[in-house]
Amino acid sequence: MSASKEYIARSVFLFCAMASAVIISSILLFMIVLGLPLFKGSAFLSVWTGPWAPHQGFYGILPMISGTLWIALLAVILCLPLSLGTAFVITSLGGPQIRRMLGALVRFMTGIPTVIYGFVGIFLLVPIIREGVGGPGMCVLTAGIILALLVSPTMILFFSDSLQSVDPAYVQAAKALGADRVQRLMYVMVPKAIGGMASGFILALGRALGDTLIALMLAGNAIRAPHGFLEPARTLTAHIALVKAADFNSLEFRSIFACGIALYLLTTAATVTVRLIERKRRGEP
Amino acid sequence: MIHGIAEKAIAVFSWVLTLALCLSVAFFLGYLFFRGFPSLGKELIFGQADPLKAVMGSIRVFEGIFPAIVGTICLVVLSATLALPVGVCSGIYLAEYAGPGMKKLLGMLFDILAGIPSIVIGLFGFSLAVFLHNHFSDHFGPCLLISALSLAVLVLPYIVRSTQTSLEELPVSIRKTALALGASKLQNTVYVLIPNALSGISSGIFLAIGRCAEDTAVILLTGVVATAGVPSSLLSQYEALPFFIYYISNQYSNQAELSRGYGACLILLGICAALFLLAYGMKKHLSYRTLYRA
Repeated sequence: MSASKEYIARSVFLFCAMASAVIISSILLFMIVLGLPLFKGSAFLSVWTGPWAPHQGFYGILPMISGTLWIALLAVILCLPLSLGTAFVITSLGGPQIRRMLGALVRFMTGIPTVIYGFVGIFLLVPIIREGVGGPGMCVLTAGIILALLVSPTMILFFSDSLQSVDPAYVQAAKALGADRVQRLMYVMVPKAIGGMASGFILALGRALGDTLIALMLAGNAIRAPHGFLEPARTLTAHIALVKAADFNSLEFRSIFACGIALYLLTTAATVTVRLIERKRRGEP
Repeated sequence: MIHGIAEKAIAVFSWVLTLALCLSVAFFLGYLFFRGFPSLGKELIFGQADPLKAVMGSIRVFEGIFPAIVGTICLVVLSATLALPVGVCSGIYLAEYAGPGMKKLLGMLFDILAGIPSIVIGLFGFSLAVFLHNHFSDHFGPCLLISALSLAVLVLPYIVRSTQTSLEELPVSIRKTALALGASKLQNTVYVLIPNALSGISSGIFLAIGRCAEDTAVILLTGVVATAGVPSSLLSQYEALPFFIYYISNQYSNQAELSRGYGACLILLGICAALFLLAYGMKKHLSYRTLYRA
């Protein structure tokens, strides 16, 4: 009786785990199958590298790839110093009370819905950029700034987590040798924690690449590769959200599956890189 | 000397940048409250309709966000119902039953799923709806059920990972005692390990619910619409709070609508912040990996 119960429970757990695994694999499979007409014959290369010119029958997603990279890279570049500074204050520069308050603020930030960042961005930041910097207002810069704010908690939490997990023996040894707070941070903690910090950076980049709402609401969505920070751009994610299913079999509609595959591959590459870094870190203590 | 200056500069820059972050968040939230606070009230939710009748479903609410709130609640409840059993069971399997190779493989898969942008999962849900429509019945289309399914896929990794981590974190003393007293593995898991890991598991669940409530990209592709009223069945289209905010942001025609948008922002922010704080309250040192979302 008991043995059969064990067996049933084990099977149920196994079944659930397998079902979850199958779902993940099927997401990629679905996109490949549905995007298949795009990859047939000569169209294969032009989808990835060609221009977006529906009237001539070209549905290249290169402008969207470029838009995604512009916005995501700008966001993480803006976010990096902000997160480094905040993580430094949280882990060593600030007093206990400031650390606690900052920690609470950053955690609270993870709970702010993306759509609210976008909403406030439209009515607060877009006019400021339009009046103050120029351009149409809805552009790479606007989306990049708000996206930087959105991904900063991910980076800060990872940075401070890996700084805090440095073996205290090293920090104490440096303290005994007369190193002050900044010296301990810069010469002991950061070099030791650099792997974990790299993971945080890549995860934040992955988040920036995959975010839909900020770019959709703030970047202007023009299908043209941007050449400057004040130009509008369309990301892969926004493209998926915007192409309406007028004709499910049209090549234009199929292009969103190419976008989906590109996003899947980009974010999977980020995840795998992080796992490799983490494994290496654990390998050499 | 150079080092001394560089060290000073690092300290100063850190404080300045931290201050910049705090100020921008404060400014951001302050602006939201300033614009949204006046619109909070009965009118915002029910418009001109009588609240009691609206809740009972006897009249339809037009100029209020009541249908959107009901839609969001339906969505959250449905997707939690779908994702919870599968997620928790998968987590238990990973922590207690899986061998090292299996653990590595599945762990990798769940990390990948956690990193997939939500719009891609929305696209998956949309394709599924089209597939069902073409091959089974015309009644299928983007709808509440498809959205809930897609959201369940989206939050599955959070539930799996938090269940797994909180089980694995249990000390050996808790892990072995019941076994030494003759309990079977299942008894040990159900009566000892899960109750001890409950705070971690439930904090993961709250995070997942918060994600369901705030996500816009998935539902954008799987059946949310601007006006549908209170959802009547699993296969009907519906309204939701985050989509309402998105819709207002580019379709508002007058100031009254815009201030309803701000009000809706405040309500959604309240719901999500409460859920996330609850998750943190349950477990202080939540693994940040579960927070990673895209």
